[in-house]
Amino acid sequence: PHAGPVEGKNEAAMSELVPEPRQKPAVPMKPMGINTNLLGYIGIDTIIEQMRKKTMKTGFDFNIMVVGQSGLGKSTLVNTLFKSQVSRKSSGWNREEKIPKTVEIKAIGHVIEEGGVKMKLTVIDTPGFGDQINNENCWEPIEKYINEQYEKFLKEEVNIARKKRIPDTRVHCCLYFISPTGHSLRPLDLEFMKHLSKVVNIIPVIAKADTMTLEEKIEFKQRVRKELEVNGIEFYPQKEFDEDLEDKTENDKIRQESMPFAVVGSDKEYQVNGKRVLGRKTPWGIIEVENLTHCEFALLRDFVIRTHLQDLKEVTHNIHYETYRAKRLNDNGGLPPMTVETEENHESNL
Amino acid sequence: QQPAQFTSPETPGYVGFANLPNQVHRKSVKKGFEFTLMVVGESGLGKSTLINSLFLTDLYPERIIPGAAEKIERTVQIEASTVEIEERGVKLRLTVVDTPGYGDAINCLDCFKTIISYIDEQFERYLHDESGLNRRHIIDNRVHCCFYFISPFGHGLKPLDVEFMKAIHNKVNIVPVIAKADTLSLKERERLKKRILDEIEEHGIKIYHLPDAESDEDEDFKEQTRLLKASIPFCVVGSNQLIEAKGKKVRGRLYPWGVVEVENPEHNDFLKLRTMLITHMQDLQEVTQDLHYENFRSERLKRGGR
Repeated sequence: PHAGPVEGKNEAAMSELVPEPRQKPAVPMKPMGINTNLLGYIGIDTIIEQMRKKTMKTGFDFNIMVVGQSGLGKSTLVNTLFKSQVSRKSSGWNREEKIPKTVEIKAIGHVIEEGGVKMKLTVIDTPGFGDQINNENCWEPIEKYINEQYEKFLKEEVNIARKKRIPDTRVHCCLYFISPTGHSLRPLDLEFMKHLSKVVNIIPVIAKADTMTLEEKIEFKQRVRKELEVNGIEFYPQKEFDEDLEDKTENDKIRQESMPFAVVGSDKEYQVNGKRVLGRKTPWGIIEVENLTHCEFALLRDFVIRTHLQDLKEVTHNIHYETYRAKRLNDNGGLPPMTVETEENHESNL
Repeated sequence: QQPAQFTSPETPGYVGFANLPNQVHRKSVKKGFEFTLMVVGESGLGKSTLINSLFLTDLYPERIIPGAAEKIERTVQIEASTVEIEERGVKLRLTVVDTPGYGDAINCLDCFKTIISYIDEQFERYLHDESGLNRRHIIDNRVHCCFYFISPFGHGLKPLDVEFMKAIHNKVNIVPVIAKADTLSLKERERLKKRILDEIEEHGIKIYHLPDAESDEDEDFKEQTRLLKASIPFCVVGSNQLIEAKGKKVRGRLYPWGVVEVENPEHNDFLKLRTMLITHMQDLQEVTQDLHYENFRSERLKRGGR
């Protein structure tokens, strides 16, 4: 039996060895030192810091798909989003570059780095979509591609000897470009989004928004939102995946007011008020891409990259991928056969 | 193609995905963490006290310590207690798996069967959940770390210690701990530590290895990692009683000859053990997932059937 706590001073010799207690750090940036004498602080919150360090070290994959008719500025927009030439623009139709006869899927990967964080960005372009005379079922190659990526991931996951970090080629985000007609969505838009919103995160954007005045823009957006709702199309961020009240409040505002984002893209810089800005020069003025009074590009960028990047990946992994997987488990009575694949005989990637 | 380099929001070329770690941070804080710690060792080595000291909680509020006669009849039990600890908004769901009865029986030959079954059961359950249809809320009850308590009264590892550790070193991360360190002088501790490390190597026991600090960490962290690695196995003292010493309240044990302070690094390795556990919690989980669980899984799948 030990003696109880002692009131008053204790002249024990050992207490001379007590080191000076260190100040409790306001926000621990690294694990606390060994010689810290803190009554009542364990340090659990430093785990977060460890995770942050890890995220920075391992880097991450992000796969973004762009869908829309040619000439809507898809490549320019992606280049503007990532401030680098990550998407090859087709500079009009010259002799060598004809409109593809069917929808092609072109995936181009880039590694970009910012603030110590490495991103392996893959831009998946879909030239030929909506460009034919008869566009029936032109979304099928796209849906097929998306499912193929889920299948690839699934195959690796069920392997007996599987990779520690399964390479992620799944499409995390699909930007769908709506033509700024000012009237309404086109039947093709509805069909595409109806089919694909079930398998991938769709973010509708109104392209080339500099062809609409402010009033026209507001009206068009309202109409598009209404049409999407009436047709039961759930674009990202989907209502049913809001995790808590905080998310819901934030996302409601985005869903009901901001989206679809009316954007303008540009990779040319001009001098405006002493600053160099990205923009489009017209006889009647310079359209500044990152100026919120001119267009909503900055909102789209902040939304996709600065605040919801991780969430886009998580919804893809936890919802869309799981839906695919569950279907595969139910169909054909089971998952693909689990072969013991070594590094050598692993199938080559696309 | 050269990776494009952008530095800060002020830089014209700033995109903003450097904010991703913050997004991950926010989600992690919301989700919280789960960690399962198993403690194994003979009765009376101070396991419960140490766990309570480590997490500043009382996991065993209504504890009744059985007498020797009762212990004769007992076999090894598995008792799991879960507690939720929150600190600065970060939630940790800690499960401590206790193994009362270990080492108590006169004949301990079957001592570790129950424990190994438990570890395997958690793997089995996880494998089952992972292969199932609805994977949204899989609970990870796999044992991420096992503190193995070595008695300070012997001359090193006992045969039971060796056999047990060899039986589980491919299933769980083992962290050997020398208990009740206040019965040893500093010299005796160093001798015992060295002896134990030698025996561990001699018997080919695989204990958990702290990963080396990465080259881009700061010097403090590197030094801390070096110190931690050099102190294994940790010699610890646990206590949840507050003793007043020289005007300060400290956690410790009061003896006629002085106060042993739990959180005094000159008195014992308690703080080192806690630091190690907290700073390596994620790594312990990863090694469990990437090594121990994957081993279990591939063996299981090779044997056939899902």
